[in-house]
Amino acid sequence: MLQKKVPLAIVFVFGIVSTVQYFVPHPLSQAYYDLMLKWLIGVGSMAIFLALASFLRHHYSKLKNKKQAPYSLIAIISFLFMSVVGFAWGTGPSSLFQKMFIYVQAPLQATMFSLLAYFMASASYRAFRAKSLEATLLLVTAFLVMFSVTTFGNYVKGVPSLLEWIMAVPNMASKRGIAIGVSLGGIATSLKIILGIERNWLGG
Amino acid sequence: MRDFFIKLASLNRTVIYTIITIGVITPLVIPLNLKQKMSPPTERLYQYIDTLKPGSHILISTDYDPSTMPELQPMTVALIKHAVMRRVIPIVVSLFPQGVALSLDAAQKAKEELNARPDTDYVILGYKPGFSAVILGIGEDIRKIFPSNYSGIPIDSIPAMKNVKTYKDIALSISLSGSSTPLAWVTYAYTKYNEKLACGVTAVSAADFYPYLQTGQFIGALMGMKGAAEYEYQVNKLLKKRKLGAARSFFAIRGMEANSIAHLLIMLFIVIGNIGYFLMKKRREV
Repeated sequence: MLQKKVPLAIVFVFGIVSTVQYFVPHPLSQAYYDLMLKWLIGVGSMAIFLALASFLRHHYSKLKNKKQAPYSLIAIISFLFMSVVGFAWGTGPSSLFQKMFIYVQAPLQATMFSLLAYFMASASYRAFRAKSLEATLLLVTAFLVMFSVTTFGNYVKGVPSLLEWIMAVPNMASKRGIAIGVSLGGIATSLKIILGIERNWLGG
Repeated sequence: MRDFFIKLASLNRTVIYTIITIGVITPLVIPLNLKQKMSPPTERLYQYIDTLKPGSHILISTDYDPSTMPELQPMTVALIKHAVMRRVIPIVVSLFPQGVALSLDAAQKAKEELNARPDTDYVILGYKPGFSAVILGIGEDIRKIFPSNYSGIPIDSIPAMKNVKTYKDIALSISLSGSSTPLAWVTYAYTKYNEKLACGVTAVSAADFYPYLQTGQFIGALMGMKGAAEYEYQVNKLLKKRKLGAARSFFAIRGMEANSIAHLLIMLFIVIGNIGYFLMKKRREV
């Protein structure tokens, strides 16, 4: 029981005090604010250690599985290698750590993301069909936006201003509506968490 | 003819992938040298930095990792180079751990190509966890959040940081990100400290940031590879004007050419797919 009551009490007290603090320009309020910023950064740093522990535990447990073991072994070895290299020879601009990051990890991660171009081409070819009025409207708008974001769009008179109009009028109207809805939802959820109504973050 | 289009509409995936590969690689090997015209959000950001007083500071936050690097890294390089040429001091921080290595790489280019001096012409402060706490903390006192630079040199002994304490001493903060991080800068740095902001974002998330451009919460923005190419093109022009042509970079410009060809091919596929769809529909009705 105490396992739930203590975190709920902490959230309630700090939630209310931090909200009130925002509106009180007193030196005491400022000192509290500075202290909270330090705590937030401290907690954030500890989260990195938790993430590392979780990463190692996850892959260590997979070493028993013959199919997945090679991948997990590579993950653990890579992690240990980069850690040793970083601690032993530093992480400066011309260090081995930096070179490994720029010439190995960065291209690998960028390549994974770049594969999207292929899926997009294939998916748009198969799924982007003018099956109804709504689909046709979407298709025509996407077509215009797609063309205007290319360099060639700059060469056709009126296309750049058409893109600006689509982005600044219909797009913005819907985005603003969504943003207001999300913000109101965020305020409601925050209040529910501070008041202890929403307890999913405690683990159900 | 009808059968040809119907056949074309059911192309094998491998054929599509091959055409896209050729379309992307060709402009990278044989550059098209297209002129990049600045769009209004890019132009506003460029003009703002271009008209800052020498000795002013801007803060660049590299809030991204290598997955979005092709679009965002050229922005970082171009922004640092532009600032260095204008004698404006860029202070580079990162809210993402991997962003530090990328900002070091970008700054290294400015160092090698423009003879920029670390801690005098630019400053790399590195990564700090805590996200919102870091943005808020800079508004209180940057020294409390970053007591030293990335190499461990105390901030007080860095000449370029002499007169920098809070956002009041930073003319502009720019968040480069592939996620919604720039909105956190709006929430915390703009709303609480009235800091002038700009952003550099991936094309896929660009639409999300237009409302903030209209309200003036972002004074300008670089939207995807197009924005990066436009800015890079403009910086290249400035470099050429100052007889520093060798320092020009074409990463975003070439990337944008490949991107444009890929977009045109995707558009072509959509047209072919739709023609085939209507012909098949007509055949079924007959």
